[in-house]
Amino acid sequence: MSLIDQTAVELLSNLTSGNLTSVELTGAFLDEIERRDGAVKAFLHVDADAAMAQADEIDRNRTAGKPAGRLAGMPVAVKDLLCTVDVPTTCASRMLENFCPPYDATVVARLKAADAVLIGRTNMDEFAMGGSCENSAFHPTHNPWDMDRIPGGSSGGAAACVAARMAPLSIGSDTGGSIRSPAAMCGVTGMKPTYGRVSRYGLVAFASSLDQLGPIAQTAEDTALLLEVIAGHDLMDSTSVDRPVPKYTETIGRLLEGLRIGIVPEHFGDALDDEVDAAVRESIRVYESLGATVKNISLPHGKYAVAAYYIIAPCEASGNLARYDGVHYGRRTDEHDSLIGMYSRSRSEGFGPEVKRRIMLGTYALSSGYYDAYYLKALKVRRLIRQDFDRAFDQVDLIVGPVAPTPAFKIGEKADDPLSMYLFDLYTVGTNLAGICGISIPCGISGAGLPIGLHLQAPTFEEERLLRAAAMFQRATDWHTRKPSPV
Amino acid sequence: MNKPYTTIIGLEVHVQLATRSKLFCSCSTRFGSPPNTQTCPVCIGMPGTLPVMNRKAFELSLKTAVALNCEIPRFTKWDRKQYYYPDLPKGYQISQFDLPLSQNGYLPISDSKNQFEPKRIGIIRAHLEEDAGKSMHDEAAGVADSRIDLNRCGTPLLEIVSEPDMRSPAEAKAYLTELKLLLNYLEVSDCNMQEGSLRVDANINLHIDTPEGKIATPIVEVKNMNSFRAVERALEYEAKRQYEVWQETGRKLGDVPKSTHGWDEQAQVTREQRSKEESSDYRYFPDPDLVPVATTDEQIERARASLGELPAALRTRLEQTYNITPYDSDVLVNQGRDMVEYYIEVADACGDGKPASNWIQQDVLRTLGERQIGIAQYGVSAKALGELIGLVKAGKLTTSRGREVLAEMLASGKSAEEAMKGMGIEHLDESALEDLCRELLNANPRIVAEVKEGKQKAIGALIGQAKKKNPNVNPARVREICLELIEKEN
Repeated sequence: MSLIDQTAVELLSNLTSGNLTSVELTGAFLDEIERRDGAVKAFLHVDADAAMAQADEIDRNRTAGKPAGRLAGMPVAVKDLLCTVDVPTTCASRMLENFCPPYDATVVARLKAADAVLIGRTNMDEFAMGGSCENSAFHPTHNPWDMDRIPGGSSGGAAACVAARMAPLSIGSDTGGSIRSPAAMCGVTGMKPTYGRVSRYGLVAFASSLDQLGPIAQTAEDTALLLEVIAGHDLMDSTSVDRPVPKYTETIGRLLEGLRIGIVPEHFGDALDDEVDAAVRESIRVYESLGATVKNISLPHGKYAVAAYYIIAPCEASGNLARYDGVHYGRRTDEHDSLIGMYSRSRSEGFGPEVKRRIMLGTYALSSGYYDAYYLKALKVRRLIRQDFDRAFDQVDLIVGPVAPTPAFKIGEKADDPLSMYLFDLYTVGTNLAGICGISIPCGISGAGLPIGLHLQAPTFEEERLLRAAAMFQRATDWHTRKPSPV
Repeated sequence: MNKPYTTIIGLEVHVQLATRSKLFCSCSTRFGSPPNTQTCPVCIGMPGTLPVMNRKAFELSLKTAVALNCEIPRFTKWDRKQYYYPDLPKGYQISQFDLPLSQNGYLPISDSKNQFEPKRIGIIRAHLEEDAGKSMHDEAAGVADSRIDLNRCGTPLLEIVSEPDMRSPAEAKAYLTELKLLLNYLEVSDCNMQEGSLRVDANINLHIDTPEGKIATPIVEVKNMNSFRAVERALEYEAKRQYEVWQETGRKLGDVPKSTHGWDEQAQVTREQRSKEESSDYRYFPDPDLVPVATTDEQIERARASLGELPAALRTRLEQTYNITPYDSDVLVNQGRDMVEYYIEVADACGDGKPASNWIQQDVLRTLGERQIGIAQYGVSAKALGELIGLVKAGKLTTSRGREVLAEMLASGKSAEEAMKGMGIEHLDESALEDLCRELLNANPRIVAEVKEGKQKAIGALIGQAKKKNPNVNPARVREICLELIEKEN
């Protein structure tokens, strides 16, 4: 097996034992980026020299017997919305094309402290708004399984780079499915942790009450490894939760005895593609064969989740993105004759159409006279959705279902139909609205050769349960080992 | 006060809290540093940053709210007030909208000169918010150039909104004076209007009695007042202006939108700044970056316990314990807690509150004013002043002699006795004084004769001579002894 095809856990053990240097490993992934990313376009920014220098320093420290961090020498790709000192942090937007933060996001600081090698910045939908990576202001990312198709989004680059073995580990963000959906489209494992599990400090905000950073990797074990490094309380984020981080990597091999799985019959309706339906049902049988019991459950307010999500997220976004007005942040237009003119031209030029659409939606919904009917109502729906999950989790340990209604669609296919794009999120937004955790794992390949994802959701702070369930599945199946054919 | 209208005034006061660091980050709040040197990614709203609440600012707010007799809801939250302005880098201000940390309080005000009846001014709410930065418009040399200083951005402000309970500019000034005093006693703010740590906006209109009934004029918000005196004058001006406009136009509340006027200190007039034609929509919504704050009974009790004795209670105590007038207690308490403590020590040392109050008001305050210092820097200790007053009271010094002694004490740092010794002032015993008087009477038979004829005033000349012979004589005593001796001769 070639170096880059190994899992992060395997690579780490070789790095630790001295069989492998970070320079060799980082070099191998950089070579693969060189070879493949011209076609996939998963990265927005790769500083090979800086990555090699970092790898070299970690190797030398190890040789000198200095203590090595948890990920010492391991390359990690970072979605281009995590602030990193002196590294362009663009959010795939013209608005932040020239933004180089003077500070590190907490997750970046934790990766650095763990001696990870920051190998590159991955592409995304502009400001994480979108599900296809087509909304990047710079270029779309292609699905390594089929270059004509989208990799999912918004963390499209983050998932595609792992699928194409251009990075062993990658950090994404998930506001309504933005880690899990691309993980499903690209045939990799991706987790949205519980809201508050991972610090948001330094994550350029889309929707603050929904955003959560999470790991994307080849396997559940690798996912556990990365989560262990990035999770934990942060004094810089009031919404991060002060709760110890379990040793996910130590418990992940344990079987979940007497696992109770819940399925939501409505999730298997007309919207669901037949092949996805079949793959998910087959996966549930795999769990049954491992001793799980399956039970139908109801999430009665689930049908309102997309509607509530597309009020709450744009409302928060309209506030979060107000700072890009050309005064302190964001592109400033060249031509202006008044303050208001400068604001409006700068924002017109700097934001792409989807971002504008959501800012307008949010601004409208928060306006006096509409607030109660839209925002407040959406918050009430959100509370009901959370209650639905609470009740469901009284009866079952996990909720299992599809991640997305279909495998990856063609680039451009839904470009003129934002509503159908929004409806693509119907299985994933509930997790964010409820603040619980969810994971997407590969569970099949369609007739057209496209990966299909399985969605597992667990109650708040039950990441360990999710990871053990995912690992159980991956020990019984080999979907996660399938790889797109090299170019 | 026979105006044909009633003035209705409500005030919004922004107070900068005396925290060392800002409301949502650890930057310093110090005033007067070079522009943009007290900033960090958080307070300048850099993408990705998050606010974290300063507990101290919350505690100071709670303390103030309790002192203002407010209800403290057990749950309060943060909201974003959204508007675009170059000195607001995030595009929103973190404030409190529908669930402020306190509400429904009051502040009692009274006037020691009895210009108005004592009353309570209702407090609608007091809430915490972050300050914006400062825009500086430099229009030198015809080039309009705006610069932004973000040092102030994120500084904690407590906004205290009163009910429209004030009925005259004098009441408004009394409310502000009392509020400032209270904030000083609580040590929650330095209340420096020049440095912007206390800012006042006023809402004012008139209720005019007409044959058709009471008519309200449109409400005007008055801004840009840089002293309490300016507030009083601006409101006086504005009330008159509104009455004149009403006489001219007959416009009532609701006929025109609420407008904002700025006080022009030089011209002593208010000028319209902008009409709130379309009242701005701030699109408030709960800030998802901050967790709501649950205020506990324990926190409230701790705040209450930390208040100390507040101005209103202190005034009453001084009046009752030291038997001084409301006017005197007002003057002393208004000087601040240090002065009250000084006064109490002086009064206790000399055993009499009234002269202690007089000496402080007439002599000590004058020196403090001349030297622009506070009582802490005053060179005569309370004990020493008390001793001096005791000597005057015992008749061992005249008041004017006492003043000279006080000046010497202030200059030299000596005690009263030492200063007197240094000045050659000795107490004359009664027999020495009697000898002196007898000597004078013997030397001035004509005066003695005049007195015998009933012209008691003539004694005055003897007092003058006595003082020349010995500056330590007590004139009143000289007069008494001389009269007694003449009486005896008869």
